[in-house]
Amino acid sequence: MAKKRKVVKSESAHKKSSNGLTADHKVDYDDEEELLRTDETIISASEDEGGSDDERKHRKLLDAISSLDGKKRRKLAERSEASAQVSEFSISAEGTGDKITLSDLIGTIEQSPSVVTKTKKQLKNLQSRHDTLELPLSRQQTEKIQREVAYSKTAKEVSRWHSVVVQNQKAEQLVFPLNQEPSGPKRVEQVVAGWKAQTPLEQEIFTLLHMNKQPVNDPVLTPMEEASLKAMSLEEAKIRRAELQKARVLQSYYEAKAKREKKIKSKKYHKVLKKAKRKEFLKEFEELRKTDPAAALEELQKMELSRMEERMSLKHQNSGKWAKSKAIMAKYDHEARKAMQQQLEMNKELTQKLVVPSENDEEEGPEEATDLPDFVNEAQPTADPSNPWMMGKLTAEPVEPGEGAAAELLAGGAEQQEKQVDGDEEEDEDMEETLLREFEERRKLRQSEDGGVVPVMSVEREETVDERGAKATAGDISEDEEEEEEEVSQFNSLFQKLVEKEQETTVEKASKEKESVEEREEPALLDEGLERLRTLEDVELLSKDTSTDVSEPAAQSAATTGSEGTADAAASQASKKKKKKKKKMIDCNEVLTKEAKVIKVPLAPTAIEEEEENEEEQKMIIKEAFAGDDVVSDFLKDKRKQEEAGKPKVVDLTLPGWGEWGGVGLKPSRKKRRRFRVKVAPPPPRRDEKLPNVIISEKRNSSIALHQVSQLPFPFENPAQFESSIHMPIGHTWNTQRTVQKLTAPKVVTQLGAIIEPIAREDFIKGKTQAATGKLPDIELSGSKGKGPQRGHRDPQKKGNLKHSQLKKRKNKRQQKQQQQQANTPA
Amino acid sequence: MKVKVLCRNPDDYVRETTKDIQRVPRNYDPSLHPFEVPREYTRALNATKLERVFAKPFLASLDGHRDGVNCMAKHPKSLSTLLSGSCDGEVKVWNLTKRECVRTLQAHEGFVRGMCPRFCGTSFFTVGDDKTIKQWKMEAPGYGEEEEPLNTILGKAVYTGIDHHWKEGVFATCGQQVDIWDEQRSSPIRSFTWGVDSFSCVRFNPVEAELLASCASDRSIVLYDMREATPLKKVVMKLRSNTLCWNPMEAFNFTCANEDYNLYTFDMRNLDTPVTVHMDHVSAVLDVDYSPTGREFVSASFDKSIRIFPKDKGHSREVYHTKRMQHVICVKWSSDNKYILSGSDEMNIRLWKANASEKLGVLSPREKAALNYSQKLKEKFQHHPQIRRIARHRHLPKAIYSQGKELRVMKEARRRKERNVRKHSKPGSVPVVTEKEKHVVTVVK
Repeated sequence: MAKKRKVVKSESAHKKSSNGLTADHKVDYDDEEELLRTDETIISASEDEGGSDDERKHRKLLDAISSLDGKKRRKLAERSEASAQVSEFSISAEGTGDKITLSDLIGTIEQSPSVVTKTKKQLKNLQSRHDTLELPLSRQQTEKIQREVAYSKTAKEVSRWHSVVVQNQKAEQLVFPLNQEPSGPKRVEQVVAGWKAQTPLEQEIFTLLHMNKQPVNDPVLTPMEEASLKAMSLEEAKIRRAELQKARVLQSYYEAKAKREKKIKSKKYHKVLKKAKRKEFLKEFEELRKTDPAAALEELQKMELSRMEERMSLKHQNSGKWAKSKAIMAKYDHEARKAMQQQLEMNKELTQKLVVPSENDEEEGPEEATDLPDFVNEAQPTADPSNPWMMGKLTAEPVEPGEGAAAELLAGGAEQQEKQVDGDEEEDEDMEETLLREFEERRKLRQSEDGGVVPVMSVEREETVDERGAKATAGDISEDEEEEEEEVSQFNSLFQKLVEKEQETTVEKASKEKESVEEREEPALLDEGLERLRTLEDVELLSKDTSTDVSEPAAQSAATTGSEGTADAAASQASKKKKKKKKKMIDCNEVLTKEAKVIKVPLAPTAIEEEEENEEEQKMIIKEAFAGDDVVSDFLKDKRKQEEAGKPKVVDLTLPGWGEWGGVGLKPSRKKRRRFRVKVAPPPPRRDEKLPNVIISEKRNSSIALHQVSQLPFPFENPAQFESSIHMPIGHTWNTQRTVQKLTAPKVVTQLGAIIEPIAREDFIKGKTQAATGKLPDIELSGSKGKGPQRGHRDPQKKGNLKHSQLKKRKNKRQQKQQQQQANTPA
Repeated sequence: MKVKVLCRNPDDYVRETTKDIQRVPRNYDPSLHPFEVPREYTRALNATKLERVFAKPFLASLDGHRDGVNCMAKHPKSLSTLLSGSCDGEVKVWNLTKRECVRTLQAHEGFVRGMCPRFCGTSFFTVGDDKTIKQWKMEAPGYGEEEEPLNTILGKAVYTGIDHHWKEGVFATCGQQVDIWDEQRSSPIRSFTWGVDSFSCVRFNPVEAELLASCASDRSIVLYDMREATPLKKVVMKLRSNTLCWNPMEAFNFTCANEDYNLYTFDMRNLDTPVTVHMDHVSAVLDVDYSPTGREFVSASFDKSIRIFPKDKGHSREVYHTKRMQHVICVKWSSDNKYILSGSDEMNIRLWKANASEKLGVLSPREKAALNYSQKLKEKFQHHPQIRRIARHRHLPKAIYSQGKELRVMKEARRRKERNVRKHSKPGSVPVVTEKEKHVVTVVK
């Protein structure tokens, strides 16, 4: 299009020139007229590119004119014609009039069969469409678009700096030059970190190092070392060591025990052991039945098998050699008879079909014998030397001096009672039991000590278990009341032994007064749960508080172990447990109420206050509405009061005892008083003195007001804020040196004689990419910390954050520890 | 059993050397140090007074030019070197520590319109009224050698300004168009035109080094990107801007010195309104330069004074003038943020302190601490009327003072009139135009 216009222009130029010429040289007028006309037609039909013979005529004319002039003219026309002939779309415009239509092209295609139908279709579609291409945009417009695109691009690029700028604005201190290298000798790490392989040899070494996963950039640690570092911190190592120690000790203990047990020849002991094992097994089975029915079924099948075997064999029939001998002896020997009876019982038991719940009420004593001291199972994560192992020993120690007598007493008592049950009690068995008991006692001590740490949850669980046991046992009534009694007495004695130091109560008394013990148990149990919540003073008080604290776990265990027994015992225990439960619940409630208080307190009173305020407001409104008669007198009173307050008071400077006798009841003489009474000059008259209806406050001191800030300065939001900022002194008179340094740190620090370069893009981008990839060196080097444009910042908060995170870590660790402890404390 | 032992750590009371001050244990009990606010107030007042007492910013006058100083340039690597070009085509190199001219060269015939050092500091470029761009060595020629330019480029029209790229061997000139030159070539590698016939100033962005901005005589400021084929954007203001300066710490901010006595700080991402309008001058502002920290800038004005503005404040914090100083044509802030240099009509270059009352030279730590403390005190009590009164007090030549007063009156009158017009016309028909919006005519994309 543009070209066409040019053509037109040139033509019009010719026309002008031709016109000019006609004016100068008057030649063939007719011809001229015609030419003019043709020119006009050309102009009018410029879009159509005119007729070709018109062009020819025109050229002719021009030639004629040029010949007239005699001079050689530039042949502009030629050029214009050439351009006219060359069409914009580079199709030779031989016959500019006849356009090539699409149909012509398609026609040839249709004739040739080789062309694909698809293209044919496309062409046809094209033919059917009649919309033309849009004009290309003008130069101005394209440039405008280009500019806009470029501008938006640049603006976006520049916006990357926004965060940096904002950060710098907010920074408490900026140190210029920004990318300052710390002076002085560098650390080895920094030097090495900054170093890069350059020569081929260095690079080769580098690749080798890489292959072996040696640390390259950060002269820090190999992955292996890292892993090892990660794997074990000092604390963990300590814990692990403690565990290992414990395990070793345990092993030796078991070995010793096994050796000892192997040496025991007592049949009774083994019998009891077996029985205990069986009981244990039964208990486990019970558990299993609840938790894993399938496994329990398998066990049951096994038991069934043993029953079958028993039925098949004659092991416990009275047909063995031993049985026969015993049968002979039975006539005279009470014990033999009893043994036989037992065997028969055993047989009966074995051959009977198993009903599991009825079986579990057996004696407890032997079971305890096999009971491991629980504390040995605990993996104590505490790193302190007073680990559970040590604690066990330590706590046992104070008992030892009295142990001789106590143990004897205990053994004696136990023996007596056991003799009541079954006569054949042997000495070694006693020894064994005492040993076991000792461990048991230690365990309980441990528990009592742990009680402080053990959260309420575990206690609760224990209790629930107890209760379940109680429920189970409450149903069926079994025979051994005395055994139960024995148990209780045992534990009573135990706990008495522990208490002995503090309180001088005898074993017998304790064993006799079962109920009293039970009474005592209740608060003890509760205390266990609460102990954690108490303050240190409370704890101290509690320890003075006689037996309760120390004994409670023992008593509790007694309760658990002694849950089997006679109906009434069971009932009493059940009731006891109920009590416990109740108490427990109360405790919970207490805790809850405490918490609830904490939440509710701030809410409730505010509401009330508001109400009160509202009421007051209302009252005031009412008052205002209805009273109003004595406003004037009130005002007068007010004014008088103000005046009184403004009046100067007489200052009495009399010092009693000066120049005369002094003492109680003596007053300085009137003369002296008169002499030392100072009258202050009357103040200037009040400004509202002659204004009856006005009170002008004299409080505003104009001399001070001169120094006071009259309106709140900009960054502050309320006067209190501003005042507080003023009230905080910053000088070294009131603050420590460090604080003063911090408070008076200048906002911009420049170095003497250092050229401050403009902020650099490279630094900024480097810092950004590092942040984006999140790849940080394995160990934070203090020197390489300040890369990036923010190098100049000294952010005081950073330190705080770090500390905070460290604290968090520590906290987490502590929590983990606690959890472990929880997991390890026996349920 | 507790064993109590009296223990004194010698570190707490023994001095390291005998020259140390004796350590005095202090009791910070607030009851022992009462009246903290009044005491600090007094200290603040004293500090403010002392600041005013010691406010002696003028350091030196460098004379030697035989015509008005038209342009100056800082050496990028040396703090003590200053280049200046005068209206008679002479270029002088100054040693600021000795306060003497170390080299003089006749660079052009007619004005030295602009000059800039190469980023490395080895050479510098000058443009003059003789339509040439000349590159000169920074060092003086040896004995017997003639003073000759390294390169001379003869252009078609007068170049009015020149600036060098901050990192590459590329420089830009302005005159009838903005040209980007490669140092190795004698023809521009790119030229930008946008319907303007004359530019007065062109400046590269020190941070985003490919960006540049120029002030044109048709009252516009045009932004360019060296990598693009076209200019980026243009903002037309009410009056012509003489020069502009990019903030060296904030890539997108620049400040222009306008003929309407004001300076305008623009964010190049939003040219519709300036970020801040800085007013205080009472005549056309001729030059502006940012402090290297990017926090403040200094402006030189036709009203024979220079002023220092915080970059985000509407009014200046400092005004410098002397009796003999005439129209200040160019001004520079030294790259260590300590000094200001101004070149004026009466052929002198003046050296000022950027902080009027600052003590120069190395300070002892105690001095530093004391200064910091007094600075903080001044900040803390800056809103108190007495302190503010003292801190704000400046002496002005009568001409400037009366001119300022007159301007205020005029402004107030205009405002009053506008208000009255608004009051007496249909509500909404006369919109409120803020001071920021007033000065921008259009933004051309």
